[in-house]
Amino acid sequence: MTSRRDFLQIAAATAALVPTGWTRAFAQQRLTQDDLLAFEPMGNVTLVHLTDIHAQLRPVLFREPSTNLGVGEARGLVPHVTGRAYLDLYGIPGGSPLAYALTPEDYVALARSYGRMGGLDRIATVLDAIRAERGDRVLFLDGGDTWQNSYTSMLTKGQDMVDCMALLKPDAMTGHWEFTLGTDRVKEIVDGLGCPFLGQNVRDAEWNEPAFEATRMFERGGAKVAVIGQAFPYTPIANPRWMIPNWSFGIREEDVQGSVDKARKDGADLVVLLSHNGFDVDRKLAARVKGIDVVLTGHTHDALPQAVTVGNTLLIASGSHGKFLTRVDLDVRDGAVKGFRSKLIPIFSDVIAPQRAMAAKIQAIREPHEAMLREELGRTEGLLYRRGNFNGTLDDLICDALLAEREAEIALSPGFRWGTTVLPGQPITREDVYNATAITYPAAYRMPMTGARLKEVLEDVADNLFNADPYYQQGGDMVRVGGVSYAIDVARPAGSRISDLTLLRTGKPIEAGTTYTAAGWASVNEGTEGPPIWDVVAAHIQRKGTVNPTPAQVTVRGA
Amino acid sequence: MTSPFNRRQALALGTGAVAAAALGLRAGPALAAKAATDEAIKAFTRGREPVRGKVKLELPEIAENGNTVPMTVSVDAPMTKDSFVEEVMIVAEGNPNPGVISFHFTPSSVAEANTRIRLAETQNVIAVARMNDGSVFSDVKQVKVTIGGCGG
Repeated sequence: MTSRRDFLQIAAATAALVPTGWTRAFAQQRLTQDDLLAFEPMGNVTLVHLTDIHAQLRPVLFREPSTNLGVGEARGLVPHVTGRAYLDLYGIPGGSPLAYALTPEDYVALARSYGRMGGLDRIATVLDAIRAERGDRVLFLDGGDTWQNSYTSMLTKGQDMVDCMALLKPDAMTGHWEFTLGTDRVKEIVDGLGCPFLGQNVRDAEWNEPAFEATRMFERGGAKVAVIGQAFPYTPIANPRWMIPNWSFGIREEDVQGSVDKARKDGADLVVLLSHNGFDVDRKLAARVKGIDVVLTGHTHDALPQAVTVGNTLLIASGSHGKFLTRVDLDVRDGAVKGFRSKLIPIFSDVIAPQRAMAAKIQAIREPHEAMLREELGRTEGLLYRRGNFNGTLDDLICDALLAEREAEIALSPGFRWGTTVLPGQPITREDVYNATAITYPAAYRMPMTGARLKEVLEDVADNLFNADPYYQQGGDMVRVGGVSYAIDVARPAGSRISDLTLLRTGKPIEAGTTYTAAGWASVNEGTEGPPIWDVVAAHIQRKGTVNPTPAQVTVRGA
Repeated sequence: MTSPFNRRQALALGTGAVAAAALGLRAGPALAAKAATDEAIKAFTRGREPVRGKVKLELPEIAENGNTVPMTVSVDAPMTKDSFVEEVMIVAEGNPNPGVISFHFTPSSVAEANTRIRLAETQNVIAVARMNDGSVFSDVKQVKVTIGGCGG
């Protein structure tokens, strides 16, 4: 710990442009907590945005994607800029802490230098500091994907996260993976949450009546601030509908406009959309719905150091896994935003001190499971990460496990965006496996599948990712495949993007009429049978001792 | 198996629709369905080319369940004796049988109706409204029907 902190403070100066909001010291890599928090205050309202932490209480490693393609009008625009191009765009020096936090460039070496990011106890420290400085001007908003996807969150049905978040006192939240806890559990939590769970776009499926509060009005710094919640519009499609059979979602753009108009009529000086739409959907929405001042966007896990402006609307994207908080100060007068300043605050866990109360709470939650979670199942030769449009080495490992342990020819693994990173040569712990697989519908199925059906599945998911109209994108990255190679032309229309499907075992083309044995997990269908995926992956790692996953073979065209 | 038309009729909750009748258009698969769609629209409009506007179709961009997709159609019309919408026809051009439903209106009713429709695959749903003066208007919306899963 100490040596890393020393390193962080000693590293050589780098002359470079620095994005607004960061001090020169930051660019020179002498990181201190004060530098990370430094912010020249502005105006009378401060928004603090946290989103997509996926139940990670402790600091994690999370490699940002190297492939994140934009299609249609989003082509070449942020957040579809990665790696070197991202560094150039924002003037971030290579090898700097920010380069490590925001891109996959030189990731392994920088991860060893700069360490883990996030941790709810560090986030608590940052919030404490902002609240101490800004008092009753602060509105802290949670964009959702908070209650699920770690071992303890799965075991406690989200209670660990609910209890820890209660210590942070958010003013409102919205959701997505929360709904995979099922209707009854979500209702139970929301009833005792202590802050509104907002979702203007969630309705009773039968009568179309609102299932959740749409908008909450707050008074901050003398201004009336309306926060409208937008849950992930495609929850019942991307995740099991049978778990929430009575709730219907959708973008419901006209209803967003209706909520904005109502908020303005009720005297809102500032209108904030707390959204789990995903970045491209929110960019389109911001251009079509009039009167939103700020969209706090989530779901697609993009971390952007500057606000993106669409007309008079600011889009704020605050990353994932607890790596960042965004602070936005706004000067709100006479019902309008006169000025703003924002900063994506990177949560370097070796630089920001943990808040004692939260650290104690997290320790108490984890203590009974700590030994099990730390159990080393094996080691990895290469870097294990998940994020990226087409493949991630962590998914390659899961596919290898499915092929071997379930004796299948073809493996399918969902294109989730969450999941932590393991460095080369490191042990793989049980917790690492849970961090990649902890869901409420984990059955690793095994089933016959025709070549035609396989192509249909790939085409369907490809259109959910690469439809030129973001409103028709369902979210998630491309489904990962093992045992099969294929080519994809992202620019082609639905149904014609996938070609050259080849079964790797034989080297022969996949035939439409032939039936293959496929294994996968995270089926959205009720009654899916099979062992939980974490047991399959753990058994595979234990049997292999050291893993070196087979790289996915996907040829990408039209990008 | 019960006829989907009966269920659709039963589910039609038109606030102002005086009568809702299922369309019995006959069509074979694929191309024939497109031809049947064009044919049905032509017959409905009495040969006139519908103008975009006035009629508005509300449907989800992606269906949560293709077997029962909520749909609302409304028409911007004064609904007076002199100016009202007579009939709105809904067709789904990718269904094996593209005819979905038809709503009939009278003056002083509310020109809005909602129901649930069944969509076999990703396709365009078209609403065509015929006013009492014979003018015709249309709206179209694409609805994606997906296998689901893999989002996150």
